[in-house]
Amino acid sequence: MRARADWPPPRPARRRAGSGVAGAAMAAAAAGDDKVSVLLPTYNERENLPLVVWLLARSFETSGYNFEVIIIDDGSPDGTQEVAEQLVKIYGPDKILLRPRAKKLGLGTAYIHGMKHATGNFIVIMDADLSHHPKFIAEFIRKQKEGNFDIVSGTRYKGNGGVYGWDLKRKLISRGANFITQVLLRPGASDLTGSFRLYRKEVLQKLMEKCVSKGYVFQMEMIVRARQLGYTIGEVPISFVDRVYGESKLGGNEIVSFLKGLLTLFATT
Amino acid sequence: MTKLGQWLWGLALLGSAWAALALGPLGPRVPPPCRQVLLPLPVYLLVAFGCYSLATVGYRLATFNDCEEAAAELREHIGAARADLRRRGLRF
Repeated sequence: MRARADWPPPRPARRRAGSGVAGAAMAAAAAGDDKVSVLLPTYNERENLPLVVWLLARSFETSGYNFEVIIIDDGSPDGTQEVAEQLVKIYGPDKILLRPRAKKLGLGTAYIHGMKHATGNFIVIMDADLSHHPKFIAEFIRKQKEGNFDIVSGTRYKGNGGVYGWDLKRKLISRGANFITQVLLRPGASDLTGSFRLYRKEVLQKLMEKCVSKGYVFQMEMIVRARQLGYTIGEVPISFVDRVYGESKLGGNEIVSFLKGLLTLFATT
Repeated sequence: MTKLGQWLWGLALLGSAWAALALGPLGPRVPPPCRQVLLPLPVYLLVAFGCYSLATVGYRLATFNDCEEAAAELREHIGAARADLRRRGLRF
């Protein structure tokens, strides 16, 4: 059984028969069995991948959780896979799993592909471009334990969550789109298009069967379907550091496809 | 029921209530001052919702946190990461 100085005595989980000291001991023992699988779909992330993996390894060492990182590279031409192989040598093949694909096939299928090899009971999805900082994963887990949530979603819009590197126009589009989404879908989560989340493995597997959209709308659909299926969602404020914005502005095309996707979800869920 | 279905259902309910009271059949039963308010009510509500939307989005835009410390911390961590990885043998 692992002892952690910052860990408050766990409340007996809902489905456990034991309570009091015996229940707490059982819960603590179970916490020692937790393993987090981080799914990292990558495309041309040769520069950022080693940094993300280093940050992940360090934050898991600090928090004490068992972990693995599954890198799903879609045939990047910039040498991402070669860097990934070096990381396997440094951290060990039990911690870094390479599950590449031949070409760019999209996020949804990348998650499905990655999950087949995941041995953790928690799955974390995040961006590999350093916009998401791995330090929040420990907070996700803490939140999950707090309320036994099925999903914990990082939110940029509540608490001290926020964004770095966005100008007024980008922020306005973000808040405007989120407002329309809240009015139409009433989703019960403040950040629908965010992609930094923790799922219980069975929950993610169930959701992947049902979700069909692409891009931003895919992340939205996950939350909407989760609510339909009665899953509980907790939120943790996160900071999103956008270093890419200068290169990839939010174009008219993306806005149009977002609205189309939103209206589709409105009409079908 | 889909969200669209809920909206249509709600609009149909409120719409028919409004039409019944403001436009016709129950006409004589409704006192004149009420009718004066009732008739343009949908437009009033639309405008009110428009104002609420603008105010809400404006407020959220103004209070959108800028994570300066997060960016600085990330830069620090990147430096540490590069140094440590180089030590461990990673060739960038």
